[in-house]
Amino acid sequence: MLLRSLLAAVVTTIALAAPSLAQQSGRELYERRCASCHGPDGAGREGLGPSLTGAGAAAADYQLRTGRMPLQNPQAQAVRKPSVFSEEETRLLVSFVASLGEGPPIPSVDPGAGDLSSGQSLFIANCAACHGAGGNGGAVGNNAAAPSLYASEPQTMAEAMVSGPGQMPVFGFSEQERNDIIAFISYLQTSEAPGGIDIGGTGPVPEGFVGWFFGLTGLVMVLVLLVGTGSSRAR
Amino acid sequence: MIRYVESRLGLDSWGRRALRKVFPDHWSFLIGEIALFCFIILVATGTFLTLFYRPDAAVVTYEGPYEPLRGQEVSAAFDSVMRLSFEVRAGLVMRQIHHWAALVFVASTVVHMCRVFFTGAFRRPRELNWIVGFTMLMLALGLGFTGYSLPDDLLSGTGLRIGYSALISIPFAGPYIASLAFGGEFPTENVISRLFVLHVMLLPGLTIALLGAHLAILWRQKHTQYRGPGRSESNVVGKGLWPYQALLSLGVMALTAAVLALMGGLVQINPIWLYGPFDATTVSAPSQPDWYMGWLDGATRLFPPWEPTVFGVTIPSMFLPAVLLPGLFFTVVALWPFIERRLTNDAAEHHLLDSPRDEPGRTALGVAGLLFFTVLTLAGGNDLIALTLDIQVESMTRFFRLAMFVVPPVGGALAYRICRQLRDSREHPLGRGSGVVLRRTEQGGFEEVPRS
Ligand code: HEC
Ligand code: HEC
Repeated sequence: MLLRSLLAAVVTTIALAAPSLAQQSGRELYERRCASCHGPDGAGREGLGPSLTGAGAAAADYQLRTGRMPLQNPQAQAVRKPSVFSEEETRLLVSFVASLGEGPPIPSVDPGAGDLSSGQSLFIANCAACHGAGGNGGAVGNNAAAPSLYASEPQTMAEAMVSGPGQMPVFGFSEQERNDIIAFISYLQTSEAPGGIDIGGTGPVPEGFVGWFFGLTGLVMVLVLLVGTGSSRAR
Repeated sequence: MIRYVESRLGLDSWGRRALRKVFPDHWSFLIGEIALFCFIILVATGTFLTLFYRPDAAVVTYEGPYEPLRGQEVSAAFDSVMRLSFEVRAGLVMRQIHHWAALVFVASTVVHMCRVFFTGAFRRPRELNWIVGFTMLMLALGLGFTGYSLPDDLLSGTGLRIGYSALISIPFAGPYIASLAFGGEFPTENVISRLFVLHVMLLPGLTIALLGAHLAILWRQKHTQYRGPGRSESNVVGKGLWPYQALLSLGVMALTAAVLALMGGLVQINPIWLYGPFDATTVSAPSQPDWYMGWLDGATRLFPPWEPTVFGVTIPSMFLPAVLLPGLFFTVVALWPFIERRLTNDAAEHHLLDSPRDEPGRTALGVAGLLFFTVLTLAGGNDLIALTLDIQVESMTRFFRLAMFVVPPVGGALAYRICRQLRDSREHPLGRGSGVVLRRTEQGGFEEVPRS
């Protein structure tokens, strides 16, 4: 009797003290795929990966769903690629990273509630400097590039804004402002470019190339072919 | 009918002679015509745009069909360009043709000038026409810059702001000139209407006047021509105005119009709706000017931010790259016929053109100048090139700083050597006439001797 109650007490304490099953397998996954760079307890490793103790679920979800983590080369900028994890594994990893410390949770998004016009001005004022007015991406210095936004999902956009990945700053927008911006980026993604072929949408540099190498060079080539070097002889 | 007009106006013999006027029939003489036809297309499409454009900085609320801007406060100028782009029938295609034509216009003007430069067509008696042509290039740049600024979008506002800071950087007079030109401190309400007057009246008017002078002088002085059998300093070999040259020119015009219409119809240019209305506090990152201003942008990106103090006056860092550099460059270009005459002591009249190889020194200088210009232009897009090639922007800038000093002299020296070798080889690049002639020997056979 005594033995049984003792046993029961032990079992309950173990059950209460031990991490939940989900966290357990989240930790396992983490140790296998992430600890080499971010350290076994998420404190980070010099030159390999930053500390994740303040990263939060938003950062983890962003990095994992866009396939950026696990990184292959810690020196190079993380880029979007297909995710290596299943939906279930992603969720486990995200909640494990979130459990490492205080960090922004996954923000909720509702692009339908966004206001396009406010989104356009917020985007131009805050995002266009790096991602370009058309969202086609641009260089930001320090060997980093702001990627094109044409592949991003609304969820990713919101997470990028609250977690500030890589060289991107954290933006303290209200939920409404985030939805406005997301509505505008989604508009860019789905609307057809008025005026014909969108040549990179990055303005006068590609336009100059087309003007020279299609426009003028094309014209001159035709003239060279048709007129040539002249055949007239003196009479 | 024609005879009727001719006899009344006494144009009989003049007209007949005019129809027989001889034009050289080498393709390179047609590049100037491309520029001319681009200009005509610019005037035509520009007239259409003027019907709908409002040079007005008053603030209105955008209510048009482009959703992301609806409800925003924009200038009436911006609003009218949005209306042109989305509501006026054929407005967008006209805008796009106009903008493409402007890019190709300046490009063909530059290439035409290169042809004249490298073949020595500017030499006496044509120095005057070189200066007229050069002035037209300046007007073209002015037209381009003012036109680029008219939509009053974010990108053009950024361009204007840079223009303003370039003006203000001139020591002593800068602030006065800038405030005079802009009617106050940037941004002002006056600037749009001033740019408009410049863009649709003053600059095109001057261009048309100079164009008339350019062609009249050309007509009077007759064409230059390349060397060739039967061609001398005192004749012009080619085809008559009627029918050959007239039909050819019509063809060039149709071709130019076709290519520009194709580009305007198929390829997006200057999507101002993406940039949004001008707002003095915002800059969108890849903010570059049109290509012909890109070299100045590149120069300001490459020059270190020195602010030397001379005679107690601090020279703003914009002054060297954005005012002094183009000032010197353009002065040399404008005065080149006189500079070259000084250098070579050759004051004779020339109607036969040089092949670029015949004057290695001039060719080398021209190549070096073009390379300098090209390096600066590319540097103006350094962030985009860095992105495309996946290279750090900072290393791009360092590379261009080096290239600015290394590439032009190396390219020039290379051009010099190639010219010398070609000249010594006596072989014509176009394959006309080989370097040898056959001579009958006394025994009745043939032998090859180098052409003398
Ligand atoms: C090869 C080393 C490497 C591996 C493996 C790796 N990371 Fe990273 N991680 C990095 C580096 C370097 C950064 C910072 C670079 C950046 O943000 O673009 C980073 C950033 C992050 C961030 C964002 C931190 C922040 O504060 O915004 C999160 C979250 C993250 N990693 C999670 C993971 C997870 C989860 C895994 C395992 C699936 C993983 N990482 C595997 C190197 C690595
Ligand atoms: C200082 C430059 C900068 C600014 C400003 C900036 N970003 Fe970014 N952004 C970046 C960089 C750099 C990355 C890539 C981050 C990485 O390495 O993971 C990025 C990534 C993103 C991504 C992820 C792209 C993907 O792969 O799906 C989104 C979405 C995004 N940004 C949206 C925004 C929005 C919205 C704003 C404005 C509120 C903004 N950014 C402002 C630099 C910037």
